[in-house]
Order: sequence, then structure tokens, then C-alpha cells
Amino acid sequence: MYKKSLFIIFLISAGLRGVAQPNAGLTIPKGFTAVKLVDGYGKVRHIAVTPQGGIYVKLNKLYKSKGILYFKENTTTHQYVLTNSFGNYTGTGIYVKDQYLYASSDEEIFRYKLNEQGDVINTEAPEKVVTGLPSKGEHESKSIVLDNSGNLYVNIGAYSNSCQEQDREKGSMGMSPCPVLNEAGGIWRFNANGNNQTQKAGTRYATGLRNVVGLDWNTQTNSLFVMQHGRDQLHDLFPSLYNAKQSAELPSECMYELHNGTNCGWPYIYYDHLVNKKIVAPEYGGDGIKSTTDYQNPAIAFPAHLAPNGLLFYTGNKFPAKYKNGAFIAFHGSWNRAPLPQEGYYVVFVPFENGKPTGQWEVFANGFAGAIKTPKGAEHRPCGLAQDATGAIYVTDDSKGTIYKITCTGK
Amino acid sequence: MAIKGLFLFCIPLLGLAIAQPKKKVPVTQTIAYKQGKEVYKKVCLSCHMEDGGGVPRLNPPLINTTYVLGDKQQLISIVLKGMKERVAIDDEHYSNNMASHAYLSDLEVAAVLTYIRNSFGNKASVVTPAEVKQVRAIIAQSK
Ligand code: HEC
Repeated sequence: MYKKSLFIIFLISAGLRGVAQPNAGLTIPKGFTAVKLVDGYGKVRHIAVTPQGGIYVKLNKLYKSKGILYFKENTTTHQYVLTNSFGNYTGTGIYVKDQYLYASSDEEIFRYKLNEQGDVINTEAPEKVVTGLPSKGEHESKSIVLDNSGNLYVNIGAYSNSCQEQDREKGSMGMSPCPVLNEAGGIWRFNANGNNQTQKAGTRYATGLRNVVGLDWNTQTNSLFVMQHGRDQLHDLFPSLYNAKQSAELPSECMYELHNGTNCGWPYIYYDHLVNKKIVAPEYGGDGIKSTTDYQNPAIAFPAHLAPNGLLFYTGNKFPAKYKNGAFIAFHGSWNRAPLPQEGYYVVFVPFENGKPTGQWEVFANGFAGAIKTPKGAEHRPCGLAQDATGAIYVTDDSKGTIYKITCTGK
Repeated sequence: MAIKGLFLFCIPLLGLAIAQPKKKVPVTQTIAYKQGKEVYKKVCLSCHMEDGGGVPRLNPPLINTTYVLGDKQQLISIVLKGMKERVAIDDEHYSNNMASHAYLSDLEVAAVLTYIRNSFGNKASVVTPAEVKQVRAIIAQSK
């Protein structure tokens, strides 16, 4: 009898665990619903949804020797199924525009022609749009986005933390001028219809950006917005100027609106959202206080080290009015906020009015990490964002390879 | 009777004999280990994390890796020279740069390596300041 009831309790708890958690374990605002579409594909980085609703994702680790996966909804079961996989290269960037799928490795950008259904016509013969981009380890991923005028924008991250003579070495001073900026640390623009373009064939569109992973074209302002990953290790490298807590809270993770020629100031300055100033970097004679009015101001600044990996302007009509034209940002989650607890591992929302953030940001979707908010302990880490034609949004996770879909149901 | 007396007399001796080699202090109780933990917290933790687990894709773990448990000369030179080779570490790649930590003293390097070789589930021999000194000399010569 006793044994039997124990057995029943065991069955019930096992059953409960088997039952999907509401909203796929995420905390989201009332009226929204989240589901896991697929799970277990590993390092799923950025995501692009076709007008027909098919999902392409770029992998940073090959899945069964393929680097791009294509999922489509089965119209009877409504399950998303892996329909195609191709591309033998790893990377981060993926984007759909004008009947083409664009995808990047850490050195090159390819494009594949799509058919009427949004399927790639020939997975084995992509055009090589850009080739030979620098990839020197640090900040090697190439994120991409297109505007509405046939231009392709790509991030070329600085292969350095703060352009020290010896990268990340305690007390090492900054190189002046920073040579890294000649070929990295900015956004380069290419012809989206070009062929085999080298870096020289492109233009350095914006500079002074340490590393950008999340970026999007804002169709309302008709301009490029990017999220910069701010520098690390102020305290490790300059312990006499910064204590560990200051180093955990600085510098800000910044959103910038870019135009041709914008200079955001890396490595010479960083932004401090606690005093709203551009502070001279310690590698370049700064003392943690000295500020400057040179360089671009951020559109909005967030707490340090949260690692913004995805940016999406919401242009749909399915979410409540406040979301229209506002920005979603996927924060991958910090690793260097010790001695403070690690932060991020969520998707935030920033309302925009007339092409400018209203100054308030809020956590939109939380709970990706589960019980442990550390890079290794987190169950899921938000990375890429996309919106489909119906107005739903998608979030990828590059820890377990989950794709989430968030819709507004009003309930 | 005499035999019994002798036997009783022997017991404490026997006890001493057994206890003697057991007196060895476990590594985790040594001063070097404790110093190493302090160095780790100050210098290495920000990248390799408190639990030695590292950061996926960025900074490698220090748990049971061939570098941590393997050849001491190589391990010492990683700390003294830094590491930017971007070799696969137990089948994964890490894209950050580890700087040289040659400014640490021989004692500090030995202590921190003794600490990581005996933490996070690792178990390996201690590293001595003399060994660090030797590797430092080899590096200076090859410059
Ligand atoms: C700036 C971040 C950073 C700091 C600080 C740092 N490391 Fe590393 N460490 C790395 C990276 C990144 C690699 C791998 C580099 C590569 O792949 O070329 C590495 C590699 C190693 C390795 C060999 C690979 C392995 O996982 O076994 C050891 C051992 C190591 N570090 C120990 C230390 C110790 C001890 C300290 C403190 C004295 C330290 N590191 C400080 C980033 C760091």
C-alpha cells in the first residue's frame, strides 16, 4: 500500500516534469505566449524568417556537418521540422532580403537565391558576395544586415579588448593611433549584389566600435542601429584606477545610431551611464573621471557586460501599440561582472518615439538561464532575434540550440 | 605473562608507526594552496570563472584539461607568456586572448598553479617556485 502510493507520487511528479512549462519556462508580459519551436541544435546564432514563414538559422558549430538549418512548419501537425541543412562553414550572420538568403562565416559572406516558397534553390552553389575579411580570434563573428537600397553592412570586430600594446596585459598602454581600426573595429558597407568583394572594395561606414553582434536597419529613421559590446577588465588592467565593483558596472553596453563616417570612440573612450559621460580610457591617459565631448553619443546605454547579441526593430502590428517601431535586444548574459552576480540572459524592450528611444527600457522576456545565471550554468542564452510577416518574434539560444516563438494572444 | 606485557607495550609503538606517515597535510590545507586561491581570485577568476568552468567560446575551462593536468613546464609558460594560439583545448576553440602574467612572482605563479591543479575536481602534483624560476629562465634565454 505504502509502496504503491509512493509509486503513484513518483508517476505524478515524473508526469509533471514531462509536461511543458507555461511559456516554455519564460517570464513574459501578460497577453503574450512563448513556445519552443525546436530544441537541441547546439550553437544557434542569428536567425532570419522568410516572408513565407520558413526559418533559417546560422550555426557556430556544425550540426551533422552543416552550418545553416532551415525549418518549416508542418501545416497539419504545426510542428516545425528540419527541412534542409547546408553550408559547411560556421558563423553568426544570416539575413533574408529581396529573394536572397545572406549568410556569413567569420571571413566571407555568401548569398543563396530563394524560390517562391522561400526555399534555397541551390544549396551547393552560393554566390560569394564578400571575401577575405579579417578574423583574428577575438571578436571574429561577422553580423550582417541589409538596407533598402542594395547595401550590405557587416561588423568587423576589433581583435583586441582596448588596443593595448599587449592585449589584456596589466598596465599595458594603448597604441596611438590604434592600428586595429584600419581593418576592424567598425562597420563596413558593401554592395549587396556584388561579387567576391574584398574589404578594400567596401567602405568603412562607421568606426570606433569594439565589437557589434546585434544590429538592425531601422526603416522608420532609414538608418543603421548597432549594439556594441563594451570593453572588459578595467580593474584587472588598471587596479589603481578602478576597484572590482566599478569594473563590474562599467562601461555601458551602448546602442548607437550610425551614419556614414560615424565614430563611436573605441578604444579611446568608453561610455559611463552612471554619469552619462564619455570617459577617456585608462590606456589613453584617463583616470576614470576625465571625460570628452568628442565622438558619437549612444542612443541609449545599458549596464555593463550584458553582451547584446541580437537587435530587432519591431515593425509588426500584432503587439500592443507601444511596441511599434521599438527595439528588442537579446542580451546573451555577462561573464565578467564578478564580484557582482552575473546579469543579462534576457530580452529587453526599448520603446521608441520619432526614431529615438524614450529612455526607459524594460525586461521583456526572462528566465532563459534557469536557476544559474552564469555562461556555463545557464540553460539557454538568448542570441538572435527575428520577426515574421504575421508580427510574431523569434529568439534563438546558442547554448542548447532552442528557437522560441513569442506571439501576442491578448490572453 | 612477560609476552603479554611486551605485547601491551608494543601497541602504542605500533600506533605511532602507523600514524607517522599519515601526518602529511593534504595539498588543500597548505599555505601555497591558500595563497594560490587568493591569486586566482584576483587575477584569473574574471576569465576562468569562480568554478574554473570558463566561458563557452571565449575562455577555456580549467577542469581536467590536458594543459592543467599535464606537463608543468608548459603550464608554467602559459601563465608567464600568455596564450593566443587558439588551439583546440579538449576539442573546443576559445577566441579570447590570455595575456602574459610574468609580473607575478615565482611564488605566486607556483601557488596559483598548485591551486588550479588541486581544485575544481583536479588532482595533480604541486608546482614549486623553483620550477617557475627555471621556466622563467628558459623563456628569457629564448628571447
Ligand atoms: C583575459 C582573460 C584571461 C585571464 C585573466 C586568464 N586567462 Fe587563462 N586563458 C584565457 C584564454 C582565452 C585561454 C585560451 C587561449 C587560446 O585558446 O589560445 C586561456 C588558457 C589558459 C590555460 C590553458 C588552457 C586550459 O584551459 O587548460 C590555462 C592553464 C590557463 N589559461 C590558466 C590561467 C591562470 C592560472 C590564470 C591566472 C594567473 C589565467 N589563466 C588568467 C583567458 C584568460
